[in-house]
Parts: sequence; structure tokens; C-alpha cells
Amino acid sequence: MIEVENLTKRYGNFVAIDKLNFTVDTGEILGFLGLNAAGKTTTMRVLTCYFPPTEGTARVCGYDVFGESIKVREKIGYMPERVPLYNNMSVQEYLDFIADIKKVDMSKKADRLDYVYSRCGLLDVKGNLIKNLSKGYRQRVGLAQALIHDPEVLILDEPTSGLDPRQIKEVRDLIKGFKGERTIILSTHILSEVSQVCTRVIIINQGKLIAIDTPENLSNRFDKMRGYREISVKVREKNKDDVVKVLRSVKGVNEVTIEQDCGSSGEYKLKSDVKDEILESISSLVTEKKWGLLSISPVHLSLEDVFLKLTEGQKDKPVASKEKEGEDK
Amino acid sequence: MKSVWTIIRKELKAYFASPIAYVVIAVFLFIIGFYFFALLQRFSDMSWAIKAQMQYQFGMQNLNINEEIVRPFFSIILTISLFIMPIITMRLFSEEMETGTMELLLTSPITEVQLIMGKFLASLIFYLTILVMTVPHILILFSLSKNVDIAPVLAGYGGLILVGCTFLGMGLFISSLTRNQIIAAVLSFGVLLLLGIISWASNFSGPTLGKVLSYISIFTHFEDFPKGVLDTKHIIYYLSFSFGGLFLTYTSLDSLKWRG
Repeated sequence: MIEVENLTKRYGNFVAIDKLNFTVDTGEILGFLGLNAAGKTTTMRVLTCYFPPTEGTARVCGYDVFGESIKVREKIGYMPERVPLYNNMSVQEYLDFIADIKKVDMSKKADRLDYVYSRCGLLDVKGNLIKNLSKGYRQRVGLAQALIHDPEVLILDEPTSGLDPRQIKEVRDLIKGFKGERTIILSTHILSEVSQVCTRVIIINQGKLIAIDTPENLSNRFDKMRGYREISVKVREKNKDDVVKVLRSVKGVNEVTIEQDCGSSGEYKLKSDVKDEILESISSLVTEKKWGLLSISPVHLSLEDVFLKLTEGQKDKPVASKEKEGEDK
Repeated sequence: MKSVWTIIRKELKAYFASPIAYVVIAVFLFIIGFYFFALLQRFSDMSWAIKAQMQYQFGMQNLNINEEIVRPFFSIILTISLFIMPIITMRLFSEEMETGTMELLLTSPITEVQLIMGKFLASLIFYLTILVMTVPHILILFSLSKNVDIAPVLAGYGGLILVGCTFLGMGLFISSLTRNQIIAAVLSFGVLLLLGIISWASNFSGPTLGKVLSYISIFTHFEDFPKGVLDTKHIIYYLSFSFGGLFLTYTSLDSLKWRG
């Protein structure tokens, strides 16, 4: 659906994106992850034909973004980071104009308008002037604008930025609803968003592509690179040293530390070899001792850690520093 | 063509949705009306004076209404246009760049040429609307006197439309250079005024340069129109300047793309 080859964009001496290569298949939701000024917006602008690349090619639905840009534009629905709205128009007037400019067939126009009104939850504000809308509604109008011509590809630049938690959830649900139906690229620097919404992630830093994979694979991959597995066990037992001793005796466990001491119970962190599956043996051992097993779970690197590790100076091997517990909600 | 029409409709709506359009039209009509009244008053006073003289003197001619009223009337429209044109054109691209809607337009399936034509034609329609509002003055003249010729009036309006295209083309180009509307307006005004008065330099420059400069001047080419003279030289001058403005706008939008 989208093929990008050696895509490079330079402004004078500044390299905004550097030899990007990736493809996106139909129905995928691709997350574009990167710090500010990493090249996310630039890539999107090249894909949407806002400006041509300095080098390399990009094809959307088989059309070249430079040579057949009008065709590409017809296929893409684009919501820029700064939602492009005309403040003096009403929502209705605005979407009507967008439908015309995006060449929506006269016979389908009414249907498409009804569709975006209901899908984006705009029925109540149809007649309102855009300048009087709240940030959340403005974002929705932006999304409606991108959807109106029934595009095969949706490109959304930070669709949830500046929204309150409920609005963020609404927009995410809306995007998730398109899974399998349309090809979507969305950029964000909110990591939890990526793991919730996207089927694949691209991490980009200083214009270079660092990683591209599914969110789960990314976490797993860095578990392996780290060289050991980490397990968190919570046990109700006052005698902490005893627990440490017992846990240490399990085959494959190399290190046990007390993570948290809550009086009657404690939380322990175990480091083990990657190969051994030791969750079962630990749980049976703990119940055998008649201690209360409160929780036991493997600790994966969260996407956040992966991301920080990948973007910090790009060292050869990610150094395990302070790890956080599970995925951030 | 449909895309151009879409842009035209959007721009016209934007003009008439904002109070600026009405203020501009009101001020324009007020000044034109005042000047027209002054011209009529002077003309009638002088006519009476001449009639009184004619009783004693033989061979005196009646005043020519075409020279005394029609010509200065078209001149004042041209002068006031010079002031209001920058206000008509200033928002066309500057506003889109400022609000970020340029990104929407440039990623929509329309070409730059369609976009520029749409904006240009919309501003031209707005200008024509203003011109139409000056027609009643001319109709008043026709009703007052049988000596008004139709040819200078038609040629005058033709000339005004041509000058208008030039002004609008230039203004459109300057608007595509900056995202600040005030700067666009002031710059357009400066450029148009300079093009208008550049012939003054022929007084102190050499004869060759002077000829060139007075040929460039926007105003000198207008003089023939309200006399009822349609000279292809002038028509070509205005058309090429209008086209030049539009072409520069195209180049400017295109370079915007490459600069990023």
C-alpha cells in the first residue's frame, strides 16, 4: 500500500530524514514514534505530497508521490498536526468545502457527509462556527476532514495531542475502528498510545529509522538483548530472608533482591536465565511453604524503556538501567 | 474547472463573511460619491457662468461633459482602487499560511494553477462588484445630459478591469511571500504606488531610461481608456503585467514547496 525507499529530505545542510525504508500493508495501523523534530512530520509531508523528497521515492497505492501527486492526494486523508480549519466557517460549510475540493462525487456527497458527522460525533455542532469549538471538537473536525473522501490511506500527525483523557480515548477508539479497513499511519510521542492502537511501530530518531516491528516484538527483542529475564514475585511472609533463601534455591535463578518491604508482605525481584521457564516452579514452591502468593509476573521492558534506550545516543548494546514495572497505563 | 469554482466560492464567502469587505466598499463608495458630487457641482457652476458669458461673447463653447466629469471620475476610481486593492489581496495566501490551511490546500487533489486561478478570479469578482456599484453614477450622468458618450464609458470600465487584474496579480504574488497580512498589504501598496509614480523619475533620468520608466508606469497607460481609445499597446501592457503577477505567484508557491 505504501512503499518508501531511501527517502531523504534535506533543508540546506540540515538532514530532516535520512534514507528511510519501510513498507506498510493494507489495513495496518503503523505508529510513528519519535521525539520532537525526529522527522515524523517531514516524512508525513512527503507522503502527502506537501513537498517532494530530496532523494529517494515513495509510492502510495502504486502512485509516485512526486510524479503522480494528484492521484496520491486523492487516495490520502491527511490530518496535519496543526488542524487546518477555517475559523469563520461553520462545521457544515467547512466539510462541504472539503468534500468539493477533495472531489467527492456529487451523488455520494450527502452520504459521505452523514457518515463523517456520525462517525466523528459532530452531529451536535454542525451549525457551530469553527472558532467557537473546543479543542476536542476541532480535532474531530480535522479527522472528519481527512475521512470525507473515503481515502484508502489515512495519515494522522499527532491526532491526540492537546486533548483531555476522555477525548484521547475517543479519538483512539475511532482510529482503532478503522483497523483492517484502511491503512493508517499515525505519529505520536505518547508510547502507550502506540501499544494500544498500532499493529506495527517505527521508531525514528534524528531522521534515521532505528527500529520497525510490532509493539510486543519490540519489548521481547530487548529482553533478549538484555541477556536475562526478570520476574517479580509478591509474597505474604514476614521472614524476608527465608523467602530470599528459598527463591534463590530455584534452578535457573541467579539473583534475588527485595524490591519492596511492606511489613507482612514483600516484593522480590528475580533475575534468571533467558531459557528457563521458572514461573511454575516458583509458584509451586511458594504454595508448598504455605506463604501467600500475591502475584507473580515476568517484567518486560516497557516500550518506553525500549524507546529511551534506542534514542539515547544509540549505544551498541542497550544497558539495563533502572527498569519500570510492566507497561505504563 | 470545478476545483477552481470551489476555491472561488470559498473565497467569496470569506470576503463577504468578514466585515472588512463591507467597510472597504462603504469607504470606497463614500469617497467616489463625494468626488462625483463635487465634479457635478463644479460643472454646473461653470456651465452657468459660460452661458452668462455667451450672451456677450460669440464663439464660446459649451463645456465637454466627457472631459470634465467622465474622465476625472474614472481617474478617481483608479486612485482609490490603488488603496483598496492591497486590502483585497492581502489575505489570499498570507491568511492560509498563518492558520496552517495552506497545508490542507497543497495536499488536496488540486493543482497550484487551479488554486491561484481560483483565488485570483474570486478577488476579481469582488473588485467587479465594487465597480458595478459605480455604474449608477454614470447612469445619473446619462439621465442629466445628452452629450455623454458611451464609448469612453465602456473603454473606461474596460481599462479599470485591466488595471484591476494587474493590481490583483501583483497583490496575490506579494501575499504569497509572507504570512503576515499587514506586511502583505503595505508591501503591495508600496509596489503598486511605485509602479504608478515611477514615471516621475523620467524628469531627472536620461532620455532613454525616462522613456522606459514612463512606459512601465501603471497610470500613464490608463490615460487613453476614458478618452474612448482602445490601444492594443496598453491592453497588452496590462495583460502581461497581470500574467506576470500570476506567474510569479506560481513560482513563489512552487519554491515554498522546495524550501519546505
